[in-house]
Amino acid sequence: MTLDHFPQGPQDASYAPLVKGDRVATPMYEDPAIFDVEMEKIFGKTWVWVGHESEVPDKGNFKLSVVGTQPVIISRDRKGALHVLVNRCRHRAATVCEIKKGKTSSFQCPYHGWGYALDGSLRGVPYTEGYNTDFDKKDYGLKKLKVETYQGMIFASFNMDVEPLEDFLGNAKLWIDLFMKQGGGFPVKTLGEHQFKVPMNWKIQLENTTDAYHFPVVHKSFMQSLDGEATQQFSFLEDDDGWVEDLGNGHSVMVMMPELNDLDDNLDAPIPERFEALAETLRADYDEAQVRRIVRAVGGCGFNLNLFPNAACSLSFFRILRPVSVQETEIRHIALGMDGGPEAANQMRMRLHEHFQGPMGFGSPDDAEVWERVQRGSAGAGDLDVMVNRGVGLEDTSPNGLPKGDISAETGMRAAYRKWQEMMA
Amino acid sequence: MKDMTTDSKITLDAAVQFLWMEADILDRNDFDAWLPLWHGGHYIIPIGDDVTDFANNLNIAYDDADMRKARAARLSGGFSISAAPPARTVRTVSRFVITEEAPGAITIRSALHVVEDKFGRQRMFAANVEHKLIATENGIRITQKVVRLLNSDGMLTSISYLF
Ligand code: FES
Ligand SMILES: [Fe+2]
Repeated sequence: MTLDHFPQGPQDASYAPLVKGDRVATPMYEDPAIFDVEMEKIFGKTWVWVGHESEVPDKGNFKLSVVGTQPVIISRDRKGALHVLVNRCRHRAATVCEIKKGKTSSFQCPYHGWGYALDGSLRGVPYTEGYNTDFDKKDYGLKKLKVETYQGMIFASFNMDVEPLEDFLGNAKLWIDLFMKQGGGFPVKTLGEHQFKVPMNWKIQLENTTDAYHFPVVHKSFMQSLDGEATQQFSFLEDDDGWVEDLGNGHSVMVMMPELNDLDDNLDAPIPERFEALAETLRADYDEAQVRRIVRAVGGCGFNLNLFPNAACSLSFFRILRPVSVQETEIRHIALGMDGGPEAANQMRMRLHEHFQGPMGFGSPDDAEVWERVQRGSAGAGDLDVMVNRGVGLEDTSPNGLPKGDISAETGMRAAYRKWQEMMA
Repeated sequence: MKDMTTDSKITLDAAVQFLWMEADILDRNDFDAWLPLWHGGHYIIPIGDDVTDFANNLNIAYDDADMRKARAARLSGGFSISAAPPARTVRTVSRFVITEEAPGAITIRSALHVVEDKFGRQRMFAANVEHKLIATENGIRITQKVVRLLNSDGMLTSISYLF
């Protein structure tokens, strides 16, 4: 076979029919050709969450990230402006940075020494005399993505004509604003992260962040490890005040504990027993109003906000997915805390995060197990569909005029798949 | 062990035998036997190689006695899908280095390799482990164990057993 005849993927194929409203076709988890098109038509076109501003707080800071399967660098230049650059030398493609996070004044390619500024422009080329006079460094800057931020979250897009980030987030903005109240009066900052890889398609994870139905089943052993008060908090499937709302653009919110939607509300309520010791410690340095605000913020929000295609503001942390291949996905669970806030409060945030999250938490390994089981099961009877019909016919309209199902409805998954369908057409 | 007092010298030989016994207990998931090997302190799996202030950093595990008990209950209770059945493990502990010694106490660093098997696929972890051990009237006990996984700040896989 010559290179001219190298097999090509289906040209202009539409995968839209694979989403059928209340169900999706099994090849969506299984077919590598679909994965390749997803990387191009979804991750190559829309806004993708790449990081949080507190990961690159100062001039000269950088952090490695990915957009779809493409390695990128988030950098803050000498004037403080953010850039997202493809981590690929414009000479012969070597990565220009392999340090996960740090501070620098430039990126130098290790292969032939091309040097790039923090904004990606090419500054230095060794032995330039080997290039003809028409060689212009201006033509060889690192490839740049479009960058915008909202509430400290950095999004990037390969699509220079993409809609403004705020339009893309739309109805989700209100929930992001609520989520960031977890700073308890301080700016929100990242406190580290747990990372683990699961042999599953990325959409299995996308579904899960808006799936309350699994909680009492998969997370039974986590529930058993809580005291009575906290168990009460996580029994949202028995309460009937939660809901799932389709926010448009593939985003959705799953409200588990509505009393924790706005952390500035109910500040006069009694401090829960499990936070009493923390409150007592804080009283040494803060007045009672601040103590209550910080304590309530430490417990986190009562909802999961799912942002299509790769991010979630989940209760008290960011959950970020990275598609690796059709059957492989990397998950990051990023802990959040209060920048400049009390050490005791941030310690408790980290201990709560460690309890559930991460490769060895009391929750995540059980999630990872069932996600892998979905992938393994999908190898059978590929003619059958994957059902996301829970709550169909039972939905009503939210006060914001959006489709809304009960807490265990698969409304958020249908919202995400509708966006998938639109983008994959 | 019967003649041990709180200032008995812990020899390298006694420490190594203790660590091998612990490794065997963990490969058998015998948490009822593991919990009493402890005397307070923390079981820690930090993120990153240089972290020493564990309380002020995010860890993979940071377990005091209560959390160790809860973890053991979770892993052996039969209600955790990832641990029922758990992955099977085979581990070796070797390359022992004494880093601190005092009457009735020893700090020992070792190399740990764990191979796990689940769903017919095998995964491997390697770690530098540091045990702080003390002599008690009931024998050697652990007061701190720090497991520094290679790639702890990189991409791991989910783990439903103990290192
Ligand atoms: S590949 Fe980067 S300088 Fe040659
Ligand atoms: Fe879960």
